[in-house]
Amino acid sequence: MPVDKPITSQLNSLRTGPDERGHFGIHGGRFVAETLMPLMLELEKAYNHAKTDPRFQEELDYYLRHYVGRPSPLWHARRLSETLGGAQIYLKREELNHTGSHKLNNVMGQILLARRMGKTRIVAETGAGQHGVATATVCALFGLDCEIYMGATDVERQKPNVFRMHLLGAKVHPVTAGAGTLKDAMNEAMRDWVANVENTYFLVGTVAGPHPYPAMVRDFQSVIGTEAREQIQEQTGRLPDAVIAAIGGGSNAMGIFHPFLDDADVPLYGVEAAGLGLDSGKTAASIARGRPGVLHGNRTYLLQDEHGQITEAHSISAGLDYPGIGPEHSWLKDIGRVNYVSATDDQALDAFQTLTKLEGIIPALESAHAVAHAIVMAPTMTRDQTIIVNLSGRGDKDVPTVAAHLGVKL
Amino acid sequence: MSRIKTCFDRLKKEGRGALLPYLEAFDPDRETSLALLRQMPEAGADLIEVGVPFSDPSADGPTIQLAARRGLKAGATLKGTLELIRDFRKENDHTPIILMGYYNPIDSYGVERFCKDARSAGVDGLIVVDLPPEESEELAPHARAEGLDMITLTAPTTPDDRLKTILRKASGFVYHVSITGITGTRSATEEQLKAAMTRLRAATDLPVVAGFGISTPEQARAASRISDGAVVASAIIKEMAATYDEHGHATARSIPTALEKIRSLARAVRS
Repeated sequence: MPVDKPITSQLNSLRTGPDERGHFGIHGGRFVAETLMPLMLELEKAYNHAKTDPRFQEELDYYLRHYVGRPSPLWHARRLSETLGGAQIYLKREELNHTGSHKLNNVMGQILLARRMGKTRIVAETGAGQHGVATATVCALFGLDCEIYMGATDVERQKPNVFRMHLLGAKVHPVTAGAGTLKDAMNEAMRDWVANVENTYFLVGTVAGPHPYPAMVRDFQSVIGTEAREQIQEQTGRLPDAVIAAIGGGSNAMGIFHPFLDDADVPLYGVEAAGLGLDSGKTAASIARGRPGVLHGNRTYLLQDEHGQITEAHSISAGLDYPGIGPEHSWLKDIGRVNYVSATDDQALDAFQTLTKLEGIIPALESAHAVAHAIVMAPTMTRDQTIIVNLSGRGDKDVPTVAAHLGVKL
Repeated sequence: MSRIKTCFDRLKKEGRGALLPYLEAFDPDRETSLALLRQMPEAGADLIEVGVPFSDPSADGPTIQLAARRGLKAGATLKGTLELIRDFRKENDHTPIILMGYYNPIDSYGVERFCKDARSAGVDGLIVVDLPPEESEELAPHARAEGLDMITLTAPTTPDDRLKTILRKASGFVYHVSITGITGTRSATEEQLKAAMTRLRAATDLPVVAGFGISTPEQARAASRISDGAVVASAIIKEMAATYDEHGHATARSIPTALEKIRSLARAVRS
């Protein structure tokens, strides 16, 4: 299945962004130090060349099919739908990809690009460890040096993934600055990159960062939505009545939303992590509780104080624990095309257990936020309506966290 | 004439390069940083860079990261930093002050109001680390309107054709980041700096100062001769931070230690 290409020729399309300087409305851009700026221009050039090169597409298709395991199924979750008593819920099974999440779609694309660019050393940031594991995996596959930056707090709460990365031959650097989460890991990965620009490729894991990362990661992840859009029509004969995805940086959401952006009658829902509650001060909901600012190379909605200092995010899910969001989401929020909602830690924990019991699928805590919103929405809809939920990752990594929250000692 | 231009013209007559020490605002508290700022010119600072603490200083090494954290803990804000400079200007009207920081606090403050307030506080130039020329048009017109120099950064990775483009709009002086890396880590060799200066001189007539990785008097002397000035930041902060007590508070030795470091750098630059 080919990676979806932006439809540049279509007028009035919402799928043509960003502009040539990487802006989505007021968001996006390239806010990086001069040392990195020439690299961003070089990367943009290399990516633009690759995406129009049929050989690159063929190579990517080969690995997506035979290594990642695409296409991923679209599963009609009958027991869940029946129990909720409303809309029919379909799960886009990204957790069945190799390494257990949607992350490999993007990583596969970028690693092939890094190889084309002659880079021999890969650095990446990771929150839950899913992107770190995916990156370490392809580095093992292609024999490249791999350095992963991960917040010390996350290293602690995602031990299985840390060990997986070690096994895959990656070096994991725990980052103790700040709260020791994804934001701090991102800072440290950027510091590594700026010090090793000659041979190093920065493999960004989400649709954030300086241009061209948001657009490039979206393009690689759009395979999710392209498949889901075809699959739902094959199975139900029409487009869905809602698409729901969880949002940290927003790559799984952007990937499933993008092919639906021009389907004006398909409502899209991005679920932010509310943490302990939107007004608890312990939240990761950048759109609901943030305002536009500049961090990590782009302008976007950010959690920040009145003086422009970035505040710490909180979520039970390490992968959503980030005070920003990809700039294309911020633009989609501003123009009103996507509805941004939220789910709390408790809602995610409930959804985690519900889906596991009713469908035999253990979702990642990240994806459980999307399931939580489906649980809210489905009963308000009719039985002949359909919802696609992007099940972006599997939850094995979260079993210790969930056990601890439920008071179970493993 | 601007303080920056006056300063470099005078140094040219004296036949030497500039020393530009750096100070992180509110590190470890407002009083200490104001007292240090006031005494820096006498210790040999030709121009002073004042760092605005930011929560996510992604271009800085561990020393400045810690200084920023101490500053924020002591209540540093962009507004508070401007007030600090306003207080400094009550006693000093000639030493150029360059504000150095990241863009978000400025963006949050409001670019137009910020440039007005910075000018009235006595700021002469701005270095915004994460605002490359591609994005600087949202700030530059307001800075120009207030007579603030937007200091252009160059790096070893900047190609020649790009140097020419980005330096066409430069004013005040040019800040050459002499290594590919973060602050306070490795140092450029004299050969690397000489090669960079050849490229830079071909692209601009403005004074060019070198920064990142300059820590010893010898390095400062060499850099100020090869280029037009040496920026020293982490090395001063590191020595000063070593005098703080276990709570990270300043002690009687803190300011004298920083001033002694600046004096030793100044002697080298002037020898």
